[in-house]
Amino acid sequence: MNALKSSPAAVFAQRHLLGIEGLLPEEIIALLDLAEQAVEVSRQVEKKKSVLRGRTQINLFFEASTRTQSSFELAGKRLGADVMNMSVGSSSVKKGETLVDTAMTLNAMNPDILVVRHHAAGAVHLLAQKVGCSVINAGDGAHEHPTQALLDALTIRRHKGPIHDLTVAICGDILHSRVARSNIMLLNALGARVRCIGPSTLLPKGLDRLGVEIFTDMRKGLAGADIVMMLRLQRERMDGSFVPSVREYFHFFGLDAEKLAFAKPNALVMHPGPMNRGVEIDSAIADGPQSLIRDQVEMGVAVRMAVLEALAQNLPNG
Amino acid sequence: MNSERLNPSERPLVLTNARVIDPSRKLDAAGTVIIADGEIVAAGPEADALPRPDGAEIVDCRGKVVMPGLIDMRVFVGEPGAEHRETFASAGHAAAAGGVTTIITMPDTDPVIDDVALVDYIARRTRDTTLVRVMPMAAVTKGLKGREMTEFGLLREAGAVGFTEGRHSITNALVLRRALTYARDFGALIMHHPADPDLTGSGVMNEGETATRLGLSGIPKEAEIIMLERDVRLAALTRGRYHAAQISCAESLEIIRRAKKAGLAISCGVSATHLALNELDIGPYRTFFRLSPPLRSEDDRKAMIEGIADGTIDVIVSSHDPQDVDTKRHPFAEAADGAVGLETLLAVGLRLVNNGEADLLAVARALSTRPADLLGLPGGRLTPGAPADIILVDPAMPWVCDGEKLSSRSKNTPFEGARFEGRVLRTIVAGRTVYAYAAG
Repeated sequence: MNALKSSPAAVFAQRHLLGIEGLLPEEIIALLDLAEQAVEVSRQVEKKKSVLRGRTQINLFFEASTRTQSSFELAGKRLGADVMNMSVGSSSVKKGETLVDTAMTLNAMNPDILVVRHHAAGAVHLLAQKVGCSVINAGDGAHEHPTQALLDALTIRRHKGPIHDLTVAICGDILHSRVARSNIMLLNALGARVRCIGPSTLLPKGLDRLGVEIFTDMRKGLAGADIVMMLRLQRERMDGSFVPSVREYFHFFGLDAEKLAFAKPNALVMHPGPMNRGVEIDSAIADGPQSLIRDQVEMGVAVRMAVLEALAQNLPNG
Repeated sequence: MNSERLNPSERPLVLTNARVIDPSRKLDAAGTVIIADGEIVAAGPEADALPRPDGAEIVDCRGKVVMPGLIDMRVFVGEPGAEHRETFASAGHAAAAGGVTTIITMPDTDPVIDDVALVDYIARRTRDTTLVRVMPMAAVTKGLKGREMTEFGLLREAGAVGFTEGRHSITNALVLRRALTYARDFGALIMHHPADPDLTGSGVMNEGETATRLGLSGIPKEAEIIMLERDVRLAALTRGRYHAAQISCAESLEIIRRAKKAGLAISCGVSATHLALNELDIGPYRTFFRLSPPLRSEDDRKAMIEGIADGTIDVIVSSHDPQDVDTKRHPFAEAADGAVGLETLLAVGLRLVNNGEADLLAVARALSTRPADLLGLPGGRLTPGAPADIILVDPAMPWVCDGEKLSSRSKNTPFEGARFEGRVLRTIVAGRTVYAYAAG
């Protein structure tokens, strides 16, 4: 644990976490190392630390999310912050208030950290330009979801060791997925071989320029993979607009035992949740011995603690 | 047509020792320009020895360029309906400051300019309030709904210089076919924005790697190419006069080139922004760079410049589209398209010249003579008897674009902080000085 000798904030000297793109490999590793400590803290009876004591964290969610929002809430509370949750989808926005107006209103309440999820790519960047506090991207449109990629990396690292030289296959709706983008950036930064698998209608143009191998045949794409990362496919995209039907999608891209057998025998399966059982993943796999899906949730809290702690150390008077 | 409205200057003006540019005669030579009674008396070397009119103001223009005032074929004004973004008066100030002496306004206002009374309204409204000439284009279809044709004949008599759906595209090929056919009887130009709304879908920027990295949905080039190809076929079928308002990609240039070779009455424009910027300039979701058509790749930008240099692209427009914070200060995908451009149009043109990418005659032609020819206007040239709509330009003066200093009521310029070489010193409309550069 040599990396911890120098404070992670010295390595991760950012004011915001808006995306994985642009982070240095050592910054990513510093966050993962810090998250390892948070895992230990979270497994003790006394789970509280005080690095965020006196700090205010606002979770500003323009899009509903149970998992991510509760994970950030718990992470903030374990570090001693005062955490406020705001679901904006239903209130001010409906009254015509713009994103920037909402942000300025919240900014006037002097929060230290703003955790933001928004349905539009770039919305979190826009907000970060307008407020005085640190901003964490909790998912913006089809752009990035950096803490998801970090928790995936932490999960992988704890089961497979260093990430470089691993082959990771990301399967499903790459086109609409911020999880896929953040993971592609992170895994490439740490030297993994990244593959993307999906029907061509769900593969964005220019994907090949992001340093991934592309497969439309899942069996070929899974061959020799160490990690199989499944993505959620939203139901409204299976009505003939992007794929003809659920049935056809599951037949070609649903992860079942037969397809998983093409990956390495000790391959591990991940999913950012929430899952559509029987659409992109068979229940037997999701709950099976190769699944890391529950580990991911635990790592989610730890990674968010690490991110909050690292940013807190860069806050003014921090 | 509205030269009588703008009071001709009482004093004649003689510009001596200037570099005189008149694309209508392919003239690029040292000479003199003499104007009186709101008209050009003479321009070029032949004017050097002519007698100066009595009481004339004489200006030594050594090292400066005199050229026709710019005619901008694509200007969105907020009036009527969105005066907080731009009025005719503020657009007129912006135009004058940019060396634009005629603006062609788009009909997508509220209400839509699809009726004689509204064309008439614009004429009356601008007569007293606007420094430059304002000539409206009327809608091709009533309410821009893409169904019923407007009264081309009556609108033309009222002063509409052409017909367009502005930002909108006509998806129904039969409607466009009929419009091209009927407009032919009046010699009217149909200016169309070729962008297939279905292929555009939810797209907000050029499709490709950059859009994928930003997580934004892309607009394929094919949205433009397919519709332009269709339009060219309809123009061939009808022999109507078709003008693509703005093209943005190399493939479109090829389509236009082929159509012209086949002798069709087809022309096209490009926006100055597309000559100067590419998709990478969007950077971290900067909404002032969200345009329609979208900024394309660097290869496309280079192709557009080539089109100006060789004349395949007829005109450069500003596509001036004032937007306020209410439409621009949003996440990129939810912001409006458009950028202001009247005050940077000439500067971008001169940048091509200074970079050696196009000669001054070609750029001046695309900014004045060609638009005048396409619309049947008497301006855009320095021939005797032409309206004295001219600009005096210092082609080397450096300046930095500062959005806050723009005359336009909206400040959504993608050229904030951009360095330019060359600016207007004096803008003259119908012999009257409507703008004079003051340092600082």
